[in-house]
Amino acid sequence: MMSALTENHFVARLKQVSLSYGKTLALKEIDLDIPAGCMVGLIGPDGVGKSSLMSLVAGARAIQKGRIEVLGGDMASVSHRTGTCPNIAYMPQGLGKNLYPTLSIEENLQFFGRLFGHGVAERRRRIDELTVSTGLHLFLDRPVGKLSGGMKQKLGMCCALIHDPELLILDEPTTGVDPLARNQFWDLISHIRNQRPDMSVIVSTAYMGEAERFDWLVVMDAGRILATGTPCDLYQQTGAGSLEAAFIALLPEEQRRGYHAVVVSPFSTSEEQEIAIEAHDLSMHFGDFVAVDHVNFSIRRGEIFGFIGSNGCGKSTTMKMLTGLLPASGGKAWLFGHEVNSHDIASRRRVGYMSQSFSLYSELTVRQNLVLHARLFNMYEVEIPPRVEEMLLRFGLDKVPDAMPGSLPLGIRQRLSLAVAMVHKPELLILDEPTSGVDPIARENFWQLMVDLARKDKITIFISTHFMNEAERCDRISLMHAGKVMVSDEPSELLKKCGAGTLEQVFIEYMKKAGMAAILPVVPFSPPAIRSVASGTGWASGLRRRFSMSRAFSYTLREWLELRRDRVRGAMALIGCLILMFVIGYGINMDVNDLSYAVLDRDQTILSHDYSLNLSGSGYFTERPPLTSYTELDQRMRSGELSLAIEILPGFARDVQRGKPIQIAAWIDGSMTMRAEVIQGYVQGMHQGWLKNITKDHFGQDVTAGLAKIETRFRYNPDVMSMPSIVPAVIPILMLMIPCMLTALSVVREKELGSMINFYVTPVTRAEFLLGKQLPYIILAMLNFLLMLVLAVTIFGVPMTGSFTALMLAALIFSIFSTGFGLFASIFTRSQIAAIFATMLGTMLPAIEFSGLLNPVSTLEGAGKIIGEVYPASHFLVISRGVFAKALGMHDLGAFFWPMLLAALGIVVLSILLLKKQDS
Amino acid sequence: MSRASNIYQLGIKELWSLWRDPIMLVLIIYTFSVAIYIAATAIPDSLHKAAIAIVDEDGSPLSGRIISAFYPPHFMAPVLVSLKEVDPGMDAGKFTFALDIPPEFQRDVLAGGIPTIQLNVDATRMSQAFIGSSYIEQIVLSEVNEFVQRYRGSAVPPVELSMRVRFNPSLTPVWFGSLMELVSNLTMLSVILTGAALIREREHGTIEHLLVMPVTPGEIMLAKVWSMGLVTLIASIFSLSFIVQGLLQVPIEGSLVLFFFSAALHLFATTSLGISMAMLARTMPQFGLLVVLILLPMDVLSGGTTPRESMPEIAQYIMLLAPTTHFVSIAQAVLFRGAGFEVVWPQMLALLLIGSSLFVLSRHRFRKIISTLA
Repeated sequence: MMSALTENHFVARLKQVSLSYGKTLALKEIDLDIPAGCMVGLIGPDGVGKSSLMSLVAGARAIQKGRIEVLGGDMASVSHRTGTCPNIAYMPQGLGKNLYPTLSIEENLQFFGRLFGHGVAERRRRIDELTVSTGLHLFLDRPVGKLSGGMKQKLGMCCALIHDPELLILDEPTTGVDPLARNQFWDLISHIRNQRPDMSVIVSTAYMGEAERFDWLVVMDAGRILATGTPCDLYQQTGAGSLEAAFIALLPEEQRRGYHAVVVSPFSTSEEQEIAIEAHDLSMHFGDFVAVDHVNFSIRRGEIFGFIGSNGCGKSTTMKMLTGLLPASGGKAWLFGHEVNSHDIASRRRVGYMSQSFSLYSELTVRQNLVLHARLFNMYEVEIPPRVEEMLLRFGLDKVPDAMPGSLPLGIRQRLSLAVAMVHKPELLILDEPTSGVDPIARENFWQLMVDLARKDKITIFISTHFMNEAERCDRISLMHAGKVMVSDEPSELLKKCGAGTLEQVFIEYMKKAGMAAILPVVPFSPPAIRSVASGTGWASGLRRRFSMSRAFSYTLREWLELRRDRVRGAMALIGCLILMFVIGYGINMDVNDLSYAVLDRDQTILSHDYSLNLSGSGYFTERPPLTSYTELDQRMRSGELSLAIEILPGFARDVQRGKPIQIAAWIDGSMTMRAEVIQGYVQGMHQGWLKNITKDHFGQDVTAGLAKIETRFRYNPDVMSMPSIVPAVIPILMLMIPCMLTALSVVREKELGSMINFYVTPVTRAEFLLGKQLPYIILAMLNFLLMLVLAVTIFGVPMTGSFTALMLAALIFSIFSTGFGLFASIFTRSQIAAIFATMLGTMLPAIEFSGLLNPVSTLEGAGKIIGEVYPASHFLVISRGVFAKALGMHDLGAFFWPMLLAALGIVVLSILLLKKQDS
Repeated sequence: MSRASNIYQLGIKELWSLWRDPIMLVLIIYTFSVAIYIAATAIPDSLHKAAIAIVDEDGSPLSGRIISAFYPPHFMAPVLVSLKEVDPGMDAGKFTFALDIPPEFQRDVLAGGIPTIQLNVDATRMSQAFIGSSYIEQIVLSEVNEFVQRYRGSAVPPVELSMRVRFNPSLTPVWFGSLMELVSNLTMLSVILTGAALIREREHGTIEHLLVMPVTPGEIMLAKVWSMGLVTLIASIFSLSFIVQGLLQVPIEGSLVLFFFSAALHLFATTSLGISMAMLARTMPQFGLLVVLILLPMDVLSGGTTPRESMPEIAQYIMLLAPTTHFVSIAQAVLFRGAGFEVVWPQMLALLLIGSSLFVLSRHRFRKIISTLA
């Protein structure tokens, strides 16, 4: 069959492809030709490079070594990638990792539809078709975060199919999905393939049963390809009866040795009567939604109890209630006879829990994670190293003890979670889908372990699973649906009851009885076959190079929706600005007054009293109890109580009368430089005033008139009030910090939570991505600006004397800069913490210290001066003050617009150039 | 015993997380070295190189004397301009002060006609406007006085005001600037590190995992407090010794031990604040906004930027709730004025109280918040 294929019939060709993450080699000189127009399955244990291979073929990851041709072109070439991108759909591993949890199904689909340039009507038609055929149509308004795993996977597929790809790449699409939904999923794929036979599908899976459906298989191990061919070929090659067996037969001898069929010795009921877990009418409500509805069960010590059910039926919630994570809304549960209580520390030591999502520390190595958990469970220090080694070995983690979990494939991460849950030798294990995404061999080993634990060590195991062959091994299983337990019994009894051949049939039977099939109908899929393929290719060759408004707008809209969904964030962004303006506008005050001072009067004459009265009468100073000694002066100044101390020497009055030179000493607290200088000025002025008065009173000579007069005119801000000066200066600071941080986070968040992959694999260009993300925050910044303007003019009563247009234009340019700066910061940071910190550092210091808020830029020194001169906040500040206080307009301030515009465009262009279109 | 060990273990884990985020490390180092250096050296004396323009319509020896009386560092060498150039120059912010010496000034002075010199001040540049105008007034008058004194004597009594500035005799702004920058960065870092670390644990679901183990919320919080507090404390010790004392040559008068002990108390308060903020915010962007909303006013109103005395009374009272207010006052008292424990204990007590109440409050809400979001 394969020999008939000509060159054109390969959808992807790989030559000598290698890939490494740091020191670990993920792919070793792979040579592979993947035939077109069929369903190709990648199978193999966890961490053998399946996902790496797929992301390389999808163009999501940069090629390190070798050559990859996809759809007839070199994937190393940017132009080919941009060209083929619209023809490849890639669905990454992990439940809904590339979807946006706060957006609804409809909004997610609209987002992807826009990215691929479909018009409004076209999008509507496609979304309706896809959702009707996948049964998602009824839930269009539901936020993705609230969907069950199976629904998420279906939605992920819809998103991938929305643009009629020629090549569909699905990385473990059914991991963690219940059997019914899994069945529907594959039916959906075959329907699509029937409609569009020329479409190629590359898929990886951990379920060997599914792999039998594929046309052509690639068996991988340790970064290499072991075998390729149709399932039949593989049977023949290995002489095995099932794919699972064939797969195991293909593995190198060394790995095969670890494998042997699991034997479950029956659980003897008579032997053990102690109840490990008991639940009585356990219920959980989230608002109106009943997640768990009066669930009852009791599990005996040493029993393996399985929980089987569709995604979102309440399995995880029940388990969380048993661990004490969620307080039950109704009913009671007991662990080993103790009622479950979240404050009961002692009973937690007896339980090991593994949650559905990976919840270990990705910043710690595999070994560190194990050691940390062992210590947290207060194991004896001497026991820890051997126990950790044992766990590493048992779970096949001994090759990667120092790897970061984030760099490991899903299956190995799952094993780590499991190892962690068991490290402290608990008496009870609560495992929420522990084997999702784990390869067959590891799963078998894992079950062997479980059986040993349960039978030999009498450890109770409460497990939920989607693998029916695992359910068969449980002593008893409960089928759960919509928060209720439908049936609980031994697997063999259930088979008998239903008269079914396999548990899978039993499960589907019960689901259908419960009405699940009615909710999720599998309607034959009628994709927009040939018509749209033509339109797709036509569009693909023409428009993709240029900047597409609709793709950029797609990101804008998505961002805007998310902002609107997150009411608290939106409100804080809008109102926060106003609050800050109040705080800073009223709080900062440059008029220094109420300075505390005291006098050390060692003369005690009328004249010396007169001198101190002169000070207290000024209004700038507040007099404190007089000083009596130097020690007191020293002590009170040290404590900060006194900012100024005046010392009048003995004989002061006498000497003044005689005209003998005498000094008055003023001690000023210099710890706050600015305040000290102001005090100096005040004291000096007060002293001069006093001298004039004395001269007049005592010597009858009027010198108050002086020789010349200085008439000081404070311009622009006649009362030298702080408000008209501070308020216009606060606007730039606030317009800088908040939009900058939000923009930075919007990008880094996608990186941290995984949806960045959409940018890597869709035809969105770097400019479209960044500008699209920037736009909503520019709008937000401008809203902020207008609000602050209103506040400034009304409540603060700072009149705006100059041109509104000029200020508005400046604000617009400035908001482009501040959001652009956020984009820039997001390029370099990977974690949201670093992004917050970087934007705070990059904005707060320059804005407060170097922009001229307190000190004019021209008087700054060193690097601060350079920053102040380049940083647009200072230009905007000049414009803002100019328009508010100096009645200036566009014409007068023109010179300040250009550097600001240059900085704004510069930072945006730089960000676009620095952003990487592929994951490195 | 087991509690102490849990707190220790979880704290070590925090340190590892930080260690594995290289960008964060670079940022921390930058914050406590370069950022402090730049900020400290940038701040000018309040009257430093003030730009002044003079319109000399007199052209006499006296006006010449006045012009030559302005020189750096307080003023830049005056720019001589014509009357017409004054307004545009001030509009563009080219100079802050413009002095107009009228025609026949010297003649009028000597004739006892008390002529008027006009001084224009750009009052939007507040930090200079006030001090600068009084300086200029004094300079001009004393020049005129001296000039005239050559012709006739004066009856003003020879009482001299001798001003001595304590604790920073030359009023070097670097001293104050570097220290306040250190305080501000220390606060910012500790709040962000602790709060964001907690939000991240929540977003990644790891906190849930901790809660099924024999670990209490209090232990989880204390672990974050000590580890992140330690990082910032070490960074600030480094910064104070090498950057502030070493590079910037700021003499420190008081006890460093007392200062760092207070810093530890301050960090307890700020890390607790970070945790409380993480309890309020549901997502990282919300936390980021909260950081701006809380840190910015705290930074501006703590007394580190402008004197507390001149703030509205209500603001002064509210700011007593902020840890920075107390720490800024401790820092100034201990480092500059050499104050001892007997002087700063009330502020230290305040820090402890603020920290404890925030801590207790968050601990109370911890489990509830985590479970509702799980």
